[in-house]
Amino acid sequence: MTDKLVRRGLSRRGLLQTTAGLIGGSVLPALPAFAEDKPAIGTYPAGVSGSTAFIGISVPRTGTYAVQGEDELKGYQLAIEHINSGHDLIKKISPKTSKGVLGKELKFGVADSAAKPNEAVQAQQRFISENKAIMITGGTSSAVAVALNKLAQREKVIFVCGISGSNDTTGKDCVRYGFRQNFFGQTAAAAIGPVMVREFGKGKKAAYLTPDYTYGHTVTKSMQDFLAAAGWTTVTNQVAPLGAPDYSSYLLNVANSGADVLINVNWGHDAVLSTQQAKQFGVLDKMKLVVPYQVPFIARETGGLMQGVYAATDYWWTIEDKFPLAKMFNEAFEKKYGYKPEWGAENAYVSFAHWARMCEEAGSFNPPDVIKAYEKGETIPSLVGDVHYRPEDHQCVRPVIIVKGKQQKDMKNKEDWYDVVEIVPGEGLMQKPDAFGCHLGDYT
Amino acid sequence: MISWPNLVSQLFNGLALGALLALISSGLTIIYGTLGVLNLAHGAMFMIGGYAGFVTYQYTESFVLAVIAGSLFVMLLGVAMERVIIRHFYHRPHEDQLLVTFGLGICFVELVRLIFSSQSQIVPPPPLFQGITNLGFMFYPTYRLAVVGIVAVALGALFLVLYRTRLGMIVRAGIEDSVMVDSLGINVYRVFMVVFGIGAAAAGFAGIVNAPVVSLTPGIGDDILVQTFVVVVIGGVGSFPGAILGGLIAGEIISVTSMFNPGYAYVMLFAAMTLVLVVRPHGLLGVQGRE
Repeated sequence: MTDKLVRRGLSRRGLLQTTAGLIGGSVLPALPAFAEDKPAIGTYPAGVSGSTAFIGISVPRTGTYAVQGEDELKGYQLAIEHINSGHDLIKKISPKTSKGVLGKELKFGVADSAAKPNEAVQAQQRFISENKAIMITGGTSSAVAVALNKLAQREKVIFVCGISGSNDTTGKDCVRYGFRQNFFGQTAAAAIGPVMVREFGKGKKAAYLTPDYTYGHTVTKSMQDFLAAAGWTTVTNQVAPLGAPDYSSYLLNVANSGADVLINVNWGHDAVLSTQQAKQFGVLDKMKLVVPYQVPFIARETGGLMQGVYAATDYWWTIEDKFPLAKMFNEAFEKKYGYKPEWGAENAYVSFAHWARMCEEAGSFNPPDVIKAYEKGETIPSLVGDVHYRPEDHQCVRPVIIVKGKQQKDMKNKEDWYDVVEIVPGEGLMQKPDAFGCHLGDYT
Repeated sequence: MISWPNLVSQLFNGLALGALLALISSGLTIIYGTLGVLNLAHGAMFMIGGYAGFVTYQYTESFVLAVIAGSLFVMLLGVAMERVIIRHFYHRPHEDQLLVTFGLGICFVELVRLIFSSQSQIVPPPPLFQGITNLGFMFYPTYRLAVVGIVAVALGALFLVLYRTRLGMIVRAGIEDSVMVDSLGINVYRVFMVVFGIGAAAAGFAGIVNAPVVSLTPGIGDDILVQTFVVVVIGGVGSFPGAILGGLIAGEIISVTSMFNPGYAYVMLFAAMTLVLVVRPHGLLGVQGRE
């Protein structure tokens, strides 16, 4: 009985997350309306032979990354709405877009990945086989992104990555069919490292809180490598499982480590909880906090604990002063959802807008053609200025934004959490394309 | 190389963690011990206790009222659950009970998510217990210290109810032999309702007391449920003292392992559970004979 009891207890989350999956509009295409010269590959041309094209979206709606997943989903939905209606903002990024992509209306289905690779793969496999999804997306957890990379390459369906911070996603686990827009561990370290050395000095002692999977380990390694050059040492690296319910044990080790700076690599609810508890344990009074891969919403969720804290991020809404497209995006997003968009929404929106552009440029949904459009490496617009995708590893070369938490008295409104300290150009932050062992694989 | 201040800190932290686990587990084990129902909604009830307290705090800014409201709300929820649904499952297979309570748990979580979204909510500790206390060998959050005391008082109260009152006597007799209790003319089903309410209230109480330590999210009960089951299995399913012992053991294992290798904290917890199951299949203080 007791054995059974524990098995049930343990399987609860898995079952919960499976049950919580949501599958959206099933759109099976009609018979092919026309035949193209290109050979069938993946879901092409079956998936786009009717008047619509289907996208499979898997975001975490439960678990430690649920808040970020919902934000990302809003970004995807807004992008699809804009693409289908030929919104001015989309036209700025993809000038050939009129209504839909190549004249086809976008439909989509949403599934809860719960930030678990197996859940995401199952959902996307279903979208590919049942809905003939022509493009899939997902991430927020790099473990999910890496798993979907493999699925995309196997199924020959383009994967546009959601948030994923691991070096591996466009590094050793890169694939021909996967593309990533947002920044990652290496670029985070290269962008925020100099700021930390400038602010805190050389030869400092650092303590790390690291989530135990590909994202956490690669971000921590990148930070350690970068800071070692400035004489920084790691006095402790506390590795906790994803979704740890309590960080007290880890924080006691940090508190007793004698570190000068706590580098919190955790993300999502884990980052919120660990930062709050670091405050409770007096760790933040003893040492400075840095969040090298800033989690959206951490400032509002920790209720002000980010004041004075440096963080690297993809996007912060106040850059609208410098980037007109960011301003357009912020306005459209806020009008629809009632709050300023954060990085998840921006990443989602831009990823879809770029994909739409590439399809239009290729003049086809044929995956190898779309991939080759990305691989031209053309300079294209995004919300943070012009960017391009590296043909060698399919990583978008884009700036990283360094923010510093504002003191409450300096906040101009309730969402004015950060000062933008620096917008670091992407080119100088990137490792060499082959530094993380990327081998892209085949087109067909 | 052992750092003694750190070891002592972690031992102490294990006590604080364990106290909370003991409290949550005691509710689960009382319900199972008496009614034979494995309540997989227990984690969700823990979470709801936190949210009910959070809402109360928003309106009253009183932590004491929040604790009372959190406990009472979940107690009423537990009683309603027992009256409307659970009582139909007393004589059904365990699998049915598991599925129905599991399903209820999902409904509760999604309902809370719908109302409050997934964003974290904060309940600050009462002003009296804010800040950090210097214990000599370490600095420790004052509220966590208070939690040890609060839990000790709550467990003491629960102990008095179970071991020093007529109701407690009936409950304990019911654990041993509910048919006999029934034949003595005691309305076992009414007792069952009360027991379910007490078990639920313990979860709700733990949920709001724990709220200032963590940040509230709808999924907060998921992880705690797994740990709670491990605690119950280690201590002995259906045993109130077992839940306390199991909670303290689990807290220490998590805390001390974290000092040497944090990644293995849960591995060691499950290893300990497996060891206990091999050596004592009914847990350390388990009640023999219940299937």
